[in-house]
Amino acid sequence: MGSITLKNVSKVFGAHAVIPSIDLDINDGEFVVFVGPSGCGKSTLLRLIAGLEDVSDGTIVIDGKNATELPPAKRGLSMVFQSYALYPHMSVRANIAFPLKMAGEDKVVIDKKVADAARVLNLTDYLDRKPRQLSGGQRQRVAIGRAIVRQPEAFLFDEPLSNLDAALRVNMRLEISQLHQQLKTTMVYVTHDQVEAMTMADKIVVLNRGRIEQVGSPLELYHRPNNLFVAGFIGSPKMNFISGGQAASHQAHTIGVRPEHLVLSKDHGTWQGTVGVAEHLGSDTFLHVNADGIGTMTARVSGDFAVTHGDRVFLTPDPQRLHKFDEKGLAIR
Amino acid sequence: MATLHTRSAARLMIAPSVLLLLAWMVVPLALTVYFSLLRYNLLMPGMEEFAGLSNYTYFLTDPAFFQAVFNTLAIVLGVLFITVVGGIGLALLLDQPMFGQGIVRILVIAPFLIMPTVAALVWKNMFMNPVNGLFAWLAKLVGLQPFDFLANAPLFSIILIVAWQWLPFATLILLTALQSLDEEQKEAAQMDGAGALSRFIYLVLPHLSRAITVVILIQTIFLLSVFAEILVTTNGGPGTQSTNLTFLVYAQALLQFDVGGASAGGIIAVILANIVAFFLMRMIGKTLEA
Repeated sequence: MGSITLKNVSKVFGAHAVIPSIDLDINDGEFVVFVGPSGCGKSTLLRLIAGLEDVSDGTIVIDGKNATELPPAKRGLSMVFQSYALYPHMSVRANIAFPLKMAGEDKVVIDKKVADAARVLNLTDYLDRKPRQLSGGQRQRVAIGRAIVRQPEAFLFDEPLSNLDAALRVNMRLEISQLHQQLKTTMVYVTHDQVEAMTMADKIVVLNRGRIEQVGSPLELYHRPNNLFVAGFIGSPKMNFISGGQAASHQAHTIGVRPEHLVLSKDHGTWQGTVGVAEHLGSDTFLHVNADGIGTMTARVSGDFAVTHGDRVFLTPDPQRLHKFDEKGLAIR
Repeated sequence: MATLHTRSAARLMIAPSVLLLLAWMVVPLALTVYFSLLRYNLLMPGMEEFAGLSNYTYFLTDPAFFQAVFNTLAIVLGVLFITVVGGIGLALLLDQPMFGQGIVRILVIAPFLIMPTVAALVWKNMFMNPVNGLFAWLAKLVGLQPFDFLANAPLFSIILIVAWQWLPFATLILLTALQSLDEEQKEAAQMDGAGALSRFIYLVLPHLSRAITVVILIQTIFLLSVFAEILVTTNGGPGTQSTNLTFLVYAQALLQFDVGGASAGGIIAVILANIVAFFLMRMIGKTLEA
């Protein structure tokens, strides 16, 4: 069904290799998230799969068939764009029906499929409106509706939530996850937001400068990052990195401790420091501590832990959850 | 600051321009209406007398009048058709990435910068002339009899010349509109399985509809009063075959020295132009609101 395999895929713009060479397997029904900082080539990779860009080298296999040379419409994929890319002069109904109309489907079949999609996405009352009369979240749903009516092998999402406000983004995240449970179709999702990646993915692909840094389930990446980049990118707030003497005592070039794996105390511990800023979230407090001889460290403590700017605190890392890296930045296990 | 004081101050400030505009419009109009009711011929100075509506009856029953109305409409519609269709085609071509894009675009705009008399004379003498013209030379090259455009198809020739002048304007407006079409929309349509033709019909044309309306509106205003091209090429002839309303009024006033009849023609032209404007504004209003 909707399996996608990339073999040796590369993309070169002029003299600049955006994607040097990538091998990747996406299984049928999986929710795969490409995540990475901006400019890491994640959107380009998605566009290569969609067929909107030609590959410079390598092959793309979709559903067991070589799709490298196929035009976008023939690949059996649908895409949801960052700007939604709705057709502004068409009603919601016409927007959703457009791919079916292009496929030359029967009028009765089109009406039925559009009605079905609208019901799934709660758009039934808005079918006769124009896109500009809809809110951001509704437009997003129309774009998804246009994607699902074709019953594609796989969905491609290109940062679909980045134009929505924070509250709506959390909502839509949930809706897309539920849609995936319902449809059980392969989904490939691009984002720069690691929270979106962690919460939605079956499998996360961390990209950096056109290269895959690590592939794995969210918890795999969280607990066993392959290198410094993945360790720093996954998890919020960011992992603390310490190098030098402290690291050498653990036989490593750099050690990393996640903020939630630091134990804080007011009277005893391994490292000593002064509280810089305390960010109170209610349930948790993020403390930015200037540790003596180490530098700024972030710690996550319970919301009850009462400290303010200038207090002296002690930090103790959980030795079981210490990450060690060699001088090339690779994890030592 | 919408206080009573600022409002009356604003009115006072606007007053001079309103008065100037009124004088500019009302005085000539009133004088024209007045002249149109006189028997006023330049060959008989001092013999003006009130003539009632006879100038109007004379002008409206002139067989040249109906020919002129038809010719005016033919020029407007013909030029609009050529420029809109040709403009869309050229804009689509110019939107493609190519070598020397900047220079090509300037070359395309060039005809618009040439004054109408010069453009018409260039066409008359260098292209359409049956002896020395480029078209005659081309015809002779393939062994055909040269075609005398201005004598045998005067109206068509004038439509061609005027269309050539206005094509750059249409192209320019449509090209800028085309460039504002969202790239992601085109890609979405591509993913949805729309071929090049479907993308043009369902995506590009609706996107261009406003620009096309603007082109039609602005061009109609100018095309109703085409004059220089007719004067230097056919002089309205042969007979009245290429006479439009503007040229007919000119001929009445300055070739037959009948100021009264020309004034009546001018008033009729104003009324006809307003009828056209009424339908035009209704059409535009619909497109621009949507």
